[in-house]
Amino acid sequence: MNATISVTPSLPDTGQLRALESESIHIIREGIAEFDRPCLLFSGGKDSIVMLHLAVKAMAPSRLPIPVVHIDTGHNFPEVLDYRDRTVQRLGAELIVGSVPDAIASGRIPEGPGPGASRNRLQTPVLLDTIRDNNFGAVYGGARRDEERSRAKERVYSFRDEFGQWDPKNQRPELWNLFNGFIHPGQHIRVFPISNWTELDVWQYIADQELELPSIYYAHEREVFERNGMLMAVSEFMKPGPGEAVFTQSVRFRTVGDMTVTAAVPSEATTLEQVIAEIAATRTSERGASRADDRTSEAAMEDRKREGYF
Amino acid sequence: MELLRLATAGSVDDGKSTLIGRLLYDSKAIYDDVLESAEEVSKRQSAEYLNLALLTDGLRAEREQGITIDVAYRYFATPKRKFILADTPGHVQYTRNMVTGASTADMALIIVDARNGVVEQSRRHAVIASLLGIRHMAVCINKMDLVGYDPGTFNSIRDEFRELLDDLNVDGARFFPISALEGDNVVTGSDRMPWYADGPLLPYLEDIDTTEDLEERPLRLPVQYVVRPHRHEYHDYRSYAGTIADGIARVGQEVEILPSGKTSQIAAIETPDGDAQAASGDTAVSVRLTDDFDVSRGDMISASGDPPRTTQTFDATICWMSDTAELKRGAMLRIKHTTRTAKAMITGLDCKIDINTLSPLSGCASLGLNDIGRVSIRTSTPLVCDDYVYNRTTGSFILIDESTNETVAAGMIGVPGFGDFGSD
Repeated sequence: MNATISVTPSLPDTGQLRALESESIHIIREGIAEFDRPCLLFSGGKDSIVMLHLAVKAMAPSRLPIPVVHIDTGHNFPEVLDYRDRTVQRLGAELIVGSVPDAIASGRIPEGPGPGASRNRLQTPVLLDTIRDNNFGAVYGGARRDEERSRAKERVYSFRDEFGQWDPKNQRPELWNLFNGFIHPGQHIRVFPISNWTELDVWQYIADQELELPSIYYAHEREVFERNGMLMAVSEFMKPGPGEAVFTQSVRFRTVGDMTVTAAVPSEATTLEQVIAEIAATRTSERGASRADDRTSEAAMEDRKREGYF
Repeated sequence: MELLRLATAGSVDDGKSTLIGRLLYDSKAIYDDVLESAEEVSKRQSAEYLNLALLTDGLRAEREQGITIDVAYRYFATPKRKFILADTPGHVQYTRNMVTGASTADMALIIVDARNGVVEQSRRHAVIASLLGIRHMAVCINKMDLVGYDPGTFNSIRDEFRELLDDLNVDGARFFPISALEGDNVVTGSDRMPWYADGPLLPYLEDIDTTEDLEERPLRLPVQYVVRPHRHEYHDYRSYAGTIADGIARVGQEVEILPSGKTSQIAAIETPDGDAQAASGDTAVSVRLTDDFDVSRGDMISASGDPPRTTQTFDATICWMSDTAELKRGAMLRIKHTTRTAKAMITGLDCKIDINTLSPLSGCASLGLNDIGRVSIRTSTPLVCDDYVYNRTTGSFILIDESTNETVAAGMIGVPGFGDFGSD
């Protein structure tokens, strides 16, 4: 880049939200109409909150006819678990929890080495077991294509083989709004209704629809320490190492995941409007700012996705 | 302002990546950490300048081989508008990817290298875009810096390209003399081309209105799902959920349900925003009717007096997408059209089409990967459809292999001749 022309980082109007909303509802209705047993992955993060809200709208005034699935690493923010339980109860939906600690206790998967080892990767076998045990033919996920470059290439209906694997070089062409959900037994489709949303769209929609979020998305005082240039929250799962000083800072979280891989960003934004203004002005990607798991290598996300990750 | 969906195609050397990189970077859609990571990789590859393709090529194999192999979707927004860009490779062996990217686009972004003029690849992009029903094209004549910003070069390429677009009946085209590398006429104008006064690319993309006047269009609402809440407060409630494919739905409007042919009236409309008196194209709605019919998924609620065709036989233009099997006459496949799935038999295989000219090629026993051809189809149940040139949603379908479940073809109902593709 030998020239930089900056566009003022103000917000576009919300005309695009109506189009994205209808597109997502269309995708959700297609899946619920066509699959034998779909489910909806819900992490308590903002993307899955928006997806769940869209699914409820898609089926209204019926109750959500599909179960909500949470893969619990055992390292979750308590605020998020509380939010999950309240939401599921309010909607009268069925909740299915796939538990990483249970899978470790039963010897199904090995615990990582050392205290506070990341359980991020351990979610994959638990997710795949949960899909298999419940015979889910379709799994709705709140992934967005703007999140990460391997996701930019993923289909709205993303085919998974009997091993739960994604093969990026062998994806079904996807045209118009015609989705191919035909599968053989044991295979499944990951359905991504908000593929075309950006982080900013999600935040604007949350404001537009006045959706409640877990409190950790807003600035709050928290004990943190710095690791690899990122601010990690002190918790029973995440302790500072030698030379890592603990300090209190006003922070918020841009993504919500396992406490061992999700970093905080310094922030004073305590309202939705302030958060949106920060997002619109930021120069760092969501995953770059707050996900230690994507910093492992150039193609960390692609590799995890191939194995069956979200 | 409405969302604008763009499709582009091109190869490494025509400057497509540089142009996209500039649009993304200048509209702040590329974050610093993503840029830094691309810079690091460029350095590792001993490149002398930042390889912008690294920002757009998502898969490990693509970065390793330095090629784009699939459709990638990019998102950028200015204070005025949000854009979704389907970015595809431009070579003929990726025709299926171009067709895929163009299928959802309102506008094609076509790139011509000013040094080479209108070559086969840029012709092909225009042809595929018009075949897929794209009526608006922004033709960027790039690398003007390498031809000394010469107006004569720009004018002669523009005139030649305009002739092609006239043949394709595309009248909504604009031409831009640009240098993606230097930034001329991309986001801002250029002092180096005072002879060009029609404004740069980005403001044009921000302001272009690609929406159609739906007032005069007949209602098309394919039923996706029948909503029947088993709740006491909604006893006897039944609504038909779907996305409006054309026209406007209004409470009180008389409608025809197809294929049954029964008529009724719209009693109520629910949109994502709540109850409404009317809703227009592309809105996900659910409607209730004044009569209690048996309407199910795959049926179409349509304007009374201007209904679509209900048929089991039709001719179509298809792009074959399977890399393992060829299409032959007599083939039995699954067809997915609007919200209806049926079996389809290929009863005729008329000809293959030259994708650079849209003219028919003689002698065609089968269609292979990336071939475009004209076929006759018979389906196991009636489809409720329009010609693709009339409506892209009710006129499109996909074919699915019954044993592998792969999507093997994209189809457009109707077999317009050269020059008919852009017309109504």
